[in-house]
Amino acid sequence: MSKVLVILETAGGQIRPHCLPGITCAAEIARATGKPLHLLVLGAQPDAAAQAIAAAGYGAAAVHTLAGPTLEPFTAEAWADAIIHAARTLGASVIGGTASSTLRDALPRAAAVLDAPLVSEVVKVKSGDTFVRPISAGRALQDQKVNAGTFFFTARGTEFEHAQPTGAVPVQAVAAAAANTRGAVVQGVQKTESSRPQLTEAKVIVSGGRGMREGANFKLLEQLTDLLGGALGASRAATDAGMVPADLQVGQTGKIVAPELYFAVAISGAIQHLAGMKGSKTIVAINKDAEAPIFQVADYGLVAKWEEAVPRLVELIKARKGA
Amino acid sequence: MKILVCVKRIPDPDESLKFAGGGLDYSASKWVPNAFDEYAIETALRLAEVVGGTQRLAEVIVLGIGPESQRQQLTQFLAMGADRGIIVDADPDKLDTATVSKLIAAVFKKEAADLLIAGKLSQDNEGGQVPQRVAGLLDVPQASFAATVEWDQGAKALTVGREVDDGVEVKRVPLPAVVSVDLRIVLPKSVKNGSTPATHAYQEGPRLASLKGITMAKRKPVAVLKPSDLGVAVGTNEQVVGVAAPPARKAGQKVKTVEELFEKLTKEAKVI
Repeated sequence: MSKVLVILETAGGQIRPHCLPGITCAAEIARATGKPLHLLVLGAQPDAAAQAIAAAGYGAAAVHTLAGPTLEPFTAEAWADAIIHAARTLGASVIGGTASSTLRDALPRAAAVLDAPLVSEVVKVKSGDTFVRPISAGRALQDQKVNAGTFFFTARGTEFEHAQPTGAVPVQAVAAAAANTRGAVVQGVQKTESSRPQLTEAKVIVSGGRGMREGANFKLLEQLTDLLGGALGASRAATDAGMVPADLQVGQTGKIVAPELYFAVAISGAIQHLAGMKGSKTIVAINKDAEAPIFQVADYGLVAKWEEAVPRLVELIKARKGA
Repeated sequence: MKILVCVKRIPDPDESLKFAGGGLDYSASKWVPNAFDEYAIETALRLAEVVGGTQRLAEVIVLGIGPESQRQQLTQFLAMGADRGIIVDADPDKLDTATVSKLIAAVFKKEAADLLIAGKLSQDNEGGQVPQRVAGLLDVPQASFAATVEWDQGAKALTVGREVDDGVEVKRVPLPAVVSVDLRIVLPKSVKNGSTPATHAYQEGPRLASLKGITMAKRKPVAVLKPSDLGVAVGTNEQVVGVAAPPARKAGQKVKTVEELFEKLTKEAKVI
């Protein structure tokens, strides 16, 4: 029987947590189509991570590994080769995972080679062939139907729960494929070092915008962030101005986040920023401009200068923690 | 060196959406270029030109897929400085992403281009697939979500800084290749071609068309091709079966003081 196959990313012998919502979306597609759920781990030596993933099971029938020296570091070229090979070998007809920068890069390439459609950024599974996805910066939700024997999907990580461990399943190896990088060479990744949680994983996010004026002023936001164990974010205006690194950007063209609590400080609330954070559970806006559009989506709006409001809020939280 | 840039027009993203009959009504929309496609053209032009010289290192061809009557959708890009245009005469509403990608790949082959530069996303459909699909169809390397591009003319290769979830990945790709561009590609020093002085700082953003550029654009050739000329069958296996507005957030409340905000967050929302 044809399968639903989820492509997983791993680090340090473990699944990367951002992949877990993709498994949940795939499990819903598996239920809707009556096809079994399978997981795939790619890498130079995927076995240890595959064993750890198989021990948790995540509702899958099996975990498959595909090993190859060209699969690390990640390139879309070699990964697409491997995904195509695995899909054919395993007889997968639905292939996907969480919409990370990795799968956004590799899956469309693989889908094109297999002449299959890809439904991107799925936020809801309506049936086995119809999916809801946001368009136009989240201002509309489109129901998209695919008419194809094989199709791909990417799932928006903020819209599905993390898959939970269900019990051990077997690990099976897929015979190696000829995966090659087409001459591409990854020379390295300049990571933004941070002891804070990842933006897409954090329960609390404190974001600053153009009104912060300069990078040094983000120190104050960092205090609030760290008191709450959150992640630091920024609007496009702030990252473009070089106040903070670009990978902190929240928005249509940055990260899509949905934490329990989102602080928008000195952020006006452009459509493209709202597209990245309006799924947050509780939104707090602090802005000196009472007319700022951010107040239209905020659960709690405070018209105030950040220079005064943020230090006072930090004091109050510290006092409560001390008590 | 031949650079192909694919572009698309979209309904003005600053206008509010009109929901009608289970879909979106664009009949009164103002159509504007997709912003990421303007960044793609800007990238191509920065690679092609030598600032302070008259030499041209590459030909820049702008490609649009749409009815022939929409020739003007290419005019702005020609006015910015692209050398010539190609229109594939087809109704984009009747094409799925897979078919659009096949048409672009076919033009790339027909032109024997060295580089496709595309926006990473269209602001309306937000599929984020076309450049990667074209690279797969052409079986060439790809560098998606580019924030910086450096052209090594001698080695016929590009070194691309890619915006990935963890930071910036540096990937070197030999030509021919496909590059999709992200926002920061239009910062002043994001694109280097080895001939323009490395210290040169461009004005941020895509360039505006000059008056001379606008006049010249009208005289630049635009070829019109049919999908059948390219051997691509048109069709779609994707169907939009409904469009709805997302649920609105319930109206929030204004608080007067930081103390009141703190009180609400701890006692009402119970989030801190």
